[in-house]
Amino acid sequence: MLNIENLHASVDGKSILKGLNLNIKPGEIHAIMGPNGAGKSTLANVLSGRDGYEVTQGSINFKGQSLLDMNIDIRAREGLFLAFQYPVEIPGVSNMSFLKAAMNAKRRHREQTEMDAMDFLSLIKTKAKQLQLNEEMLYRAVNEGFSGGEKKRNEVLQMLMLEPCLSILDETDSGLDIDALQIVAQGVNSLRANNRSFLVITHYQRLLNYIVPDYVHVLADGKIIKSGNKELALELEESGYVGVGS
Amino acid sequence: MSNQEVKDYLDKAYAPGFITDIESEAFLPGLSEDVVRAISAKKNEPEFLLKFRLQAYRHWLTMKEPTWAYVRYPSVNFNDIIYYSAPKKKVGPKNLSEVDPELLRTYEKLGIPLREQEMLAGVAVDAVFDSVSVATTFKEKLADAGVIFGSFSEAVHNHPELIERYLGTVVPYTDNFYAALNSAVFSDGSFCFIPKGVRCPMELSTYFRINAAKTGQFERTLIVAEESSYVSYLEGCTAPMRDENQLHAAVVELVALDNAQIKYSTVQNWYPGDKNGRGGIYNFVTKRGDCRGHRSKISWTQIETGSAITWKYPSVILRGDHSVGEFYSVALTNNYQQADTGTKMIHIGKNTTSTIVSKGISAGHGQNCYRGLVKVLKSAENAKNYTQCDSLLLGSECAAHTFPYIEVKNSTASIGHEAATSKISDDQLFYCLQRGMNQEDAINMIVNGFCKQVFKELPMEFAVEAQKLMAVSLEGVVG
Repeated sequence: MLNIENLHASVDGKSILKGLNLNIKPGEIHAIMGPNGAGKSTLANVLSGRDGYEVTQGSINFKGQSLLDMNIDIRAREGLFLAFQYPVEIPGVSNMSFLKAAMNAKRRHREQTEMDAMDFLSLIKTKAKQLQLNEEMLYRAVNEGFSGGEKKRNEVLQMLMLEPCLSILDETDSGLDIDALQIVAQGVNSLRANNRSFLVITHYQRLLNYIVPDYVHVLADGKIIKSGNKELALELEESGYVGVGS
Repeated sequence: MSNQEVKDYLDKAYAPGFITDIESEAFLPGLSEDVVRAISAKKNEPEFLLKFRLQAYRHWLTMKEPTWAYVRYPSVNFNDIIYYSAPKKKVGPKNLSEVDPELLRTYEKLGIPLREQEMLAGVAVDAVFDSVSVATTFKEKLADAGVIFGSFSEAVHNHPELIERYLGTVVPYTDNFYAALNSAVFSDGSFCFIPKGVRCPMELSTYFRINAAKTGQFERTLIVAEESSYVSYLEGCTAPMRDENQLHAAVVELVALDNAQIKYSTVQNWYPGDKNGRGGIYNFVTKRGDCRGHRSKISWTQIETGSAITWKYPSVILRGDHSVGEFYSVALTNNYQQADTGTKMIHIGKNTTSTIVSKGISAGHGQNCYRGLVKVLKSAENAKNYTQCDSLLLGSECAAHTFPYIEVKNSTASIGHEAATSKISDDQLFYCLQRGMNQEDAINMIVNGFCKQVFKELPMEFAVEAQKLMAVSLEGVVG
């Protein structure tokens, strides 16, 4: 699914990622943990193609193609999804029409016909219900006036609708109470399949009680310094990042 | 009228019902008292109208072209203009294959039906007209309700007393340079009269006024709503309008008596000039509504995407107590377009209320300026105004300017003003792209969201067209 080799990236000339390697196979869930400033969000932004992140060395292979040669929107249409740490507000654009535009962009890319309006409506209502999102939120402007928890659940709603093959969750758990965390996790789990992969970026082990990863990696100073199974997360919780990798 | 009927009607060419039969000829360029007299004579106008035109002309001679607007253009030589030309039988293209493909592509993007495309492009259509056309049905329905709706010239002959009573009472010929010029030489326009207690049974659209295609550069429109009547009037269309006349100076007057309500919606898409700013229409318009009666209401909604230069301030005089004035505007300038537009709300009556929502969008080298006046006279106890003007910039070569003027002579007034200028944020764009939309769709979506407050004031069909129009107007803009 995704193979990152010796990735070096910098922001404003400052080197952040310094030789990162990661291989994610279809159906796997990988968690990346690490202290602030380790480069976790930089990795998410480089993968999604955000401006201002310069790859200076290395390669990224996504489904057999060079990811770095694709534009942001092409990456998305090929199935790469980023659940934002800080979801963006778009005044005047309803959540519903935003998602519809996204769905149809993806469908056109796959040379499918646009989705029937009624089918779309019933699908989005079902998914919203699953995430315990009030139906009224579908008609409100994208993320405008949403609480922190609502914004995060809205990200997962988009993920469920778009059914990406690679989902990157950038600190989706931050700012969520335990109930919301469970709802989000349950949403993510419902999407698990042997042709889909997840990259879960988090500070805390807490989320990984609900989204159980196949692999846990510790990112520090731009490199993965340790990898293991889900037990590693628990270990980190006890000894902290300082004790790892030394 | 059902949508299908409307569509069927639009698929037809204009029926030859009441196109004024004028011989095919044009005056020599230039303006003089003789030209004004000749225009009036050609149109066989009553004495009062000739007098009105002459007074306007004499006053115009004493006036200077205004220079206060934030627009730049080479000065107009008013003696180069032909002030009267009969609708000539144009040798139009025989079919759409002879029409500028650029224009056709735009029609297509706007979703305009094929037959209507032919009509707009001026293709000579040998249509066989049904005796019971939709237009006839339309006229009959209006007549049943007692509504008078037709060309201004027609009304001058059929209802001279109404014209004499109301013409120039909202925008006097002394008002400004272009209003004076228009009053002297106006060609034609619309007249609409809604009698007491009547709710006009349909939206009145210039689409349905058969002479619309022939109204020239000096258009004159007058709408009178008697006591407790209601009318919604739609002007213009989203299709790009080309015209060989560069200078347009229209005057629109609205009169609302007690409890009457007029809703006036405009989509202006005159030729804006090419990408380098060559050509394009100069649109200098005076639009004003008079809430003459108590509890009357006038709303202006405008979508301005065309013209090289737009100079336009649809205003409301809130004369009657408890009267309400509204102005909702989207003005978009791309390439080298310039727009200086806004409104004036003049509070005279007690408990009068006005609302102003202005959305300016600049792209390319576009210059977009909001200019608004809220004036509360001493007599206007408890006047209320709310103004919101927002600007959106796309790119770094364009500019937005805001000139709000507030004059308050009564301390009970409450005035609220909010203004914001924003650029389409990289974050918003990235968010849309990450969800798979391409850059163009993403910009259109963000821009349409920005305009939503205004679009929702438009009649439904118009609102949908307006969204498409924004997309076409913003083509090629890179954020």
